[in-house]
Amino acid sequence: MTGKPLNPRGTKYDKWTFPVFEMGVVGRARYEYTTGQALGRFLAGLKEGKILGTVCDKCGRVFVPPRMYCSYCFREVDRWIEVKDEGVVVTAVMSYIAADRSRLKEPVAVGVVKLDVPGYKFDDHFFPGLMHYLCGFSEDDVKSMRAFGARVKARWKPPEKRTGSITDIECFEAVRP
Amino acid sequence: MTGRNLNFKHRVAVVGAGLTLFRSRMLETPQELAWLAAKQALDEAGLTLKDIDCVVIGSAPDAFDGVHMKGEYLADGAGGVKKPTVRVFVGGATGVFVPIAAWWHVASGLCKKVLAVAEEKMSHAAKPHTQYVFRYIWDPIVEKPLNPNLIWIFAMEMHRYMHKCGVKKEDIALVSVKNKRNACGHPSAQLCMPNVTVDDVLKSEVLVWPVQLLDISPTSDGAAAVVLASEEEARRITDTPVWVKGIGWTLDTTHWTNRDLAYPEYVRRAAEMAYRMAGIDNPRKQIDVAEPYDPFDYKELHHMEGLGLAKKCEAPVLTREGVTQRDGDLPINPSGGLLGVGNPIAAAGLMKVAEIFWQIRGEAGARQVKKPVYTGLAQAWGDLMQAGTVIVMGI
Ligand SMILES: [Zn+2]
Repeated sequence: MTGKPLNPRGTKYDKWTFPVFEMGVVGRARYEYTTGQALGRFLAGLKEGKILGTVCDKCGRVFVPPRMYCSYCFREVDRWIEVKDEGVVVTAVMSYIAADRSRLKEPVAVGVVKLDVPGYKFDDHFFPGLMHYLCGFSEDDVKSMRAFGARVKARWKPPEKRTGSITDIECFEAVRP
Repeated sequence: MTGRNLNFKHRVAVVGAGLTLFRSRMLETPQELAWLAAKQALDEAGLTLKDIDCVVIGSAPDAFDGVHMKGEYLADGAGGVKKPTVRVFVGGATGVFVPIAAWWHVASGLCKKVLAVAEEKMSHAAKPHTQYVFRYIWDPIVEKPLNPNLIWIFAMEMHRYMHKCGVKKEDIALVSVKNKRNACGHPSAQLCMPNVTVDDVLKSEVLVWPVQLLDISPTSDGAAAVVLASEEEARRITDTPVWVKGIGWTLDTTHWTNRDLAYPEYVRRAAEMAYRMAGIDNPRKQIDVAEPYDPFDYKELHHMEGLGLAKKCEAPVLTREGVTQRDGDLPINPSGGLLGVGNPIAAAGLMKVAEIFWQIRGEAGARQVKKPVYTGLAQAWGDLMQAGTVIVMGI
């Protein structure tokens, strides 16, 4: 096969004097993302301690995170709905690494929570759901999959510390009967 | 020629393939890698660049190579200069999307001979780690503030699959062992591990439970290329053209927290499209060898089920029974897959298409499967469990 591998550590390959040329990010690029019509209101709801979704009455779907349109019926959603800040864990994992792949001192549990909406029932194929940190679960709870199906409730930051961010919820906490 | 809702003018064949070494760090630039693979594919087809009408380039996020407009950048090495050239990109599904796009160039009658090249150089995104680049895949408003690592979603999908199907980590590790051993027959392979065991996988570093280091393919650099031609041209070029029998692709929504992760719907739909075109109604019996996308070991199982090569939750059973071994009844990833050969994203998908090409021609050398091969399949997947791309090839 063709091609010449560098030494795995990236040190100099015998014949080539400059095998690697390092350069940082140009300037200090930062993004300012638009929150949009649906997520803008969703974030405002979080600041007030509410989880908001949107509803398409044609197909009956409840969208959390909310959308301003139903991508299935391809029409505008009909209304906003406040969903419960509790639900069940549909999947859970234990992360031992950070975003940059460095090891965390303490592992964190993360998962997807299927949220309760009064008056609605959802199957596994489409449901209002959020990814978030899970708290109150041990490593063994996650590894043994006991966390699956567990009831959880949002643990909110105190109102004065909320900024209108998904992190206004600290985590979804196990509800102990 | 018409399949139910598919219309095309010309049959299309693959007539040559090329690959570079797959390694975690390659000396060559992305353009040079593209050139090495493209040249080999042309040589194998007995063609020169002058014979090529159109060029299709595939590459995943620009951020890996660290060059914006990577299609334009790669065109020089991929043979695309002063020709109708296009780059396609559907994340990890890109590698199989490249020959799909090349197919429609030829099937439509627009071009007669197309050079299709895929390249990826993940090692350029060196600091703090290649994984960091994946940060921009997440939703910027509701996900990125949680500081996620990309492996989170795959761990969530793997665990959901394990939960729903009652699969054990030991069974999933068998995939990694098979593919890392198979890779020892591949001259491009980055991770040939002839003596690796299930125990090694289970004892490797835990990244995001249930995902451990040896459950994942490595980060890699590399390139792959194939040449596609119309029936008339193909018969002139070679006595052994490999026909593209069916193609399919689908994209699901980025809102992955609203759907069940236990079953890859996006692959099923892509497969159904390809099977309809290829006249396949029983893939388990009609596909002789398959290269489903395996950046993670559970993904091979997951995709076998989406492709209908196994029933729901049945792929781990077939794996345990040895059905998916190179000498088994349904060899899966005889190349060694991404887990063994390596994962230069777009190039890895096209490597699978090249493998099926060589398997059907009986040119896979040490990797040649035992059973006769008439029909083979390659599949890739990408983005937030969204994109499915499938190609069925045969004699
Ligand atoms: Zn609707």
